[in-house]
Amino acid sequence: MTSAIAVDGLEVIFDRFRALKGVSLDVQPGESFGLVGESGSGKSTLLRAIAGLAPVASGSITVNGKTLGARRDKAFYREVQMVFQDPYGSLHPRQTVDRLLQEPLAIHGFADGEKRIQRALDEVGLGNGFRFRYSHQLSGGQRQRVAIARALILEPSILLLDEPTSALDASVQAEVLNLLEEVRRRRKLTFLMVSHDLAIITHMCERLMVMQSGEAVENLAAADLVERRVTKDYTRNLLRASDGFVRTA
Amino acid sequence: MSGDPNQQRSKSALLDVEDLRVTFPTRTGLIEAVRGVSFSLGRERLGIVGESGSGKSQTGRAIMGLTPPQARISADKLAFDGIDLLSVSPRERRSLRGKRIAMILQDPKYSLDPVMSIGRQIVETLRTHEKVGKAEARDRALAMLEAVQIRDPARVFDLHPHEVSGGMGQRAMIAMMLIAGPEMMIADEPTSALDVTVQLDVLGILDRLVGERGMGLIFISHDLRLVSSFCDRVIVMYAGKVVEQLKASELGRAQHPYTRGLLNCMPKIGADRHPLPVLDRKPEWAA
Repeated sequence: MTSAIAVDGLEVIFDRFRALKGVSLDVQPGESFGLVGESGSGKSTLLRAIAGLAPVASGSITVNGKTLGARRDKAFYREVQMVFQDPYGSLHPRQTVDRLLQEPLAIHGFADGEKRIQRALDEVGLGNGFRFRYSHQLSGGQRQRVAIARALILEPSILLLDEPTSALDASVQAEVLNLLEEVRRRRKLTFLMVSHDLAIITHMCERLMVMQSGEAVENLAAADLVERRVTKDYTRNLLRASDGFVRTA
Repeated sequence: MSGDPNQQRSKSALLDVEDLRVTFPTRTGLIEAVRGVSFSLGRERLGIVGESGSGKSQTGRAIMGLTPPQARISADKLAFDGIDLLSVSPRERRSLRGKRIAMILQDPKYSLDPVMSIGRQIVETLRTHEKVGKAEARDRALAMLEAVQIRDPARVFDLHPHEVSGGMGQRAMIAMMLIAGPEMMIADEPTSALDVTVQLDVLGILDRLVGERGMGLIFISHDLRLVSSFCDRVIVMYAGKVVEQLKASELGRAQHPYTRGLLNCMPKIGADRHPLPVLDRKPEWAA
């Protein structure tokens, strides 16, 4: 079976800074794969490189069996869509939800926009009442639902998720995570998800890669992490840190 | 335990808050951000937890005297060490701020002065509140930087905030807040902008210094689990009100459905719950 995403020896260099140092990755179709690490580990850069938003110096990225060049074509964006961290920054402030959702449809020349917008809004749990609102009239969780609707409206097979819930309150986070799981199950999507929170990754993903300063530390199954079968000290430290504060006497 | 001086002192409250209200005038009418909050703080670690809009930060700011001027504050009692904070002059309030009550904010990138070296900012705080010579102030600032576990204090002293990492900036912030020897500290999401491992280092430093100096700490955070692992007592706020007060160790026995919902809805490593339980907000919680 061809991989949904295969990354091999990927290097990303900003000026002279090597943000990714030869990272390889393999995600199967329908799988949910997590990337964990602290800030500066390169987890978001890897996601952005796949989406064509980071300068790739060397290495290869293959999506659904097709090796990508320096530029992404329209067909790529029908297959791969991205949801960003900050729902306040990723929606156009002067466009209504309707206009936001029409944009990708217009770019890709869909005729049945009306139906698709209604379906997309229903799917993310926002009724028609939200359709002609501006993003400043929505809460953080509602905005992130719009961002997910925008990503889903082209019916992609792969969703790149960059900390999709870290700007949200805990209770809203649970709702958005549930929504993501539901659309994945219904549409058989492949997820590549970045988070700094190990609990979220083990909840959402089957396999994961731990990253540190631009390199892969280790690849694990989520079950290994739950059972604490980790081999690297760095991962162990992350696990300990996610247990919360422990007072040393 | 009766011989312990800290224990003795904790009996008289450092801070007394009774029926605190903070109201903001807006175009569409008055918004009550804080609606009748009451609690008292001894020399202990008190956590205030809530989601965005719960009024937790505005509670902290009202105590510190940092509420925006257009807002109205009222309280039956807002007293720090017997001083009525609502009736003191702005001048007296200023002398309390930084000297006896300190505050740490969320992101050192925004709360430190970008055009002043870290050392000078710490020295400035010290010399505002105490008559000390330049050389002594510098020595004390260096000692304080060392106390917050900065390895090379002399080098960091001369750096500007943009030259240090988030964790280092937050340590500098703690150093600046502790140098005048405050008796009470309000920490508003002090570690939310930091990586998890750095977060624990910073909390460790805060814990040690607060413990050693017998300070009262108000720890404001959205993270119920972190707060309960760090504090002695937790206040849970919802829609501007306190819905529950409990000992941190008894969080598992929380009564209020909001507290329980908040604890429940977070994904946990090892708990296989699909879908996650979501919070069913009841209008009567806000009533």
